[in-house]
Amino acid sequence: MTAAVETPLARAAASRPRTTTTAGPSRERLVSWAFLAPFLIAFALFLVWPLVHGLYLSFTNQSLTGAGGSWAGLDNYQEALTDPTMWRALRTTVWFTVVSTIPLVLLALVMALLVHRGLPGQWLWRLSFFMPFLLASTVVSQIWVWIFNPDIGAANSVLGAIGIEPLAWLQDPAVNLYAIVIATVWWTVGFNFLLYLAALQNIPDQHYEAAALDGAGPWRQLWSITLPQLNSATVLIVMLQILASLKLFDQAYQMLIGVSTDTTRPIVQYIYESGFVGYRFGYSAAISYVFFALIVIVGVFQMTAMNRRRNLS
Amino acid sequence: MRSRQARSPGEKRFGIGRIVAFVALALMAVGWLLPFLWAVATAFKTETDAASESGWIGGDGLTTEAFSAMLENGNVWIWALNSLWTSLVITVLTVTISALAAYAFSRLRFPGRRWLFAVIVAAIIIPPQVLIIPLFYEMLTFNLIDTPWGLILPQIVAPAMVFILKQFFDGVPIELEDAARVDGASRLRVFWSIVLPLSRPVMAAVAIFVFINAWNNFLWPFLVINDTNLMTLPTGLQTVIDAHGIQYAQTMAQAVLAALPLIVVFLFFQRQIVKGVATTGFGGR
Repeated sequence: MTAAVETPLARAAASRPRTTTTAGPSRERLVSWAFLAPFLIAFALFLVWPLVHGLYLSFTNQSLTGAGGSWAGLDNYQEALTDPTMWRALRTTVWFTVVSTIPLVLLALVMALLVHRGLPGQWLWRLSFFMPFLLASTVVSQIWVWIFNPDIGAANSVLGAIGIEPLAWLQDPAVNLYAIVIATVWWTVGFNFLLYLAALQNIPDQHYEAAALDGAGPWRQLWSITLPQLNSATVLIVMLQILASLKLFDQAYQMLIGVSTDTTRPIVQYIYESGFVGYRFGYSAAISYVFFALIVIVGVFQMTAMNRRRNLS
Repeated sequence: MRSRQARSPGEKRFGIGRIVAFVALALMAVGWLLPFLWAVATAFKTETDAASESGWIGGDGLTTEAFSAMLENGNVWIWALNSLWTSLVITVLTVTISALAAYAFSRLRFPGRRWLFAVIVAAIIIPPQVLIIPLFYEMLTFNLIDTPWGLILPQIVAPAMVFILKQFFDGVPIELEDAARVDGASRLRVFWSIVLPLSRPVMAAVAIFVFINAWNNFLWPFLVINDTNLMTLPTGLQTVIDAHGIQYAQTMAQAVLAALPLIVVFLFFQRQIVKGVATTGFGGR
């Protein structure tokens, strides 16, 4: 945070409600609700209500066309949990999450470490790595569909240059998810890179000065100061990346239009397809909740892991 | 922009390590820029060149054909305009309602304050993708399908931003406000003329973050807007590809044009954006 206003006084005050008592408590209550009302109304209308209504829909036969809507009990969930397509989609999603998170975190770390050395051309490095993040998924997909074109694409030219047979990147089920991973890494690594860069800038210089006095070389400093100091940033970045990767849809859907199959369909795409292509709102809502459960489980697991680490150190 | 440098005191200005680092960095940066530069190069080719294996400049030389073709028969201008104004409205609404709520949570005493805040923080984890079915249903009921408000309203709720702003307000010293309150200023007045000016950096960070997300959002606009005249850039461009198949030069010209505004914004506000991601990034994306 930029403003250096964290005084002990402010911190002490922050821990209890910070109010002055010039007005009576009832007036203050009124003012509070006035401040809160716009957000709370939007929060209730566009988040809480859909969340509750979606749960209700998942127990019905509701269709997009308005037909049905009768109570179906646990039928949708029973169907979802025995639906091989749903399990396949979950597997694809988890596979993508694992395979994309590793390079998205490691590459970001390497980029940030190199840029942080203070080499000339800082703005250019930042622009190069972060710029793709500013592109819409449509734009990213267009660029990569074309790079992965089997006949004229750059990807096969590169492979050809190092003597590897050309691949049908997006058509071949053996490699097309890797192609999505490559495009995704290019697209979003800049975000993690900036988070790492910010974390690096927060490491106090004294640590390095003390280590240099002790005669520690650059590698030693990297291992015993920089990386340990980045630990909490890494935990957060990995957490956020996992949650972001689980939501895979845009680029996979757009790059694989026409070739999408059971093996490439992420869970969000299955939610979309059962609801808006198959018109089965009830079933789609049930899959949404299966997906939500996955997110919550991952989130809770991460929180516990983080707390345990904090207690240990 | 100059960053604080972590070069260790013992390291030489032109040591071998620095040269290796520079080369590694340069290679990665080139790797990251190439796909986009290649797209730019293709946008300036003829369709024939673009569809064959040609170098950076095609056999027919440089041409702006693709750009003019796209601007003539496409709706690109309308989509760009739609993207711009809906993203701006989403940003202004999100920042306003989040800041007001965050201020109340930080400064005011009211019953239920604690658990209400806990509920909002817990809501950060809800992925918007989970809500598409009931939200669509809701928009149907409100008759907001295929309207700009149907596009905008579901995007203005950002619990993570309330959390970030509350954390920031907690760090602003209360003494300034107390002085103004003693002088008889109302809460809104204090918020507007004391708290907001102090919070400019964090507000800018939140605004930038919300704007980028809104500008690039695909799934919700894709579901809620069918009318070509109401589409935003991401969904609009998708329809062109679906309709005409792939015409590489035109497709790349579109990609370049759609990317340009945010890249220009980034070049101008680099410092704020970098800081903004660092501030808001931990709120998720």
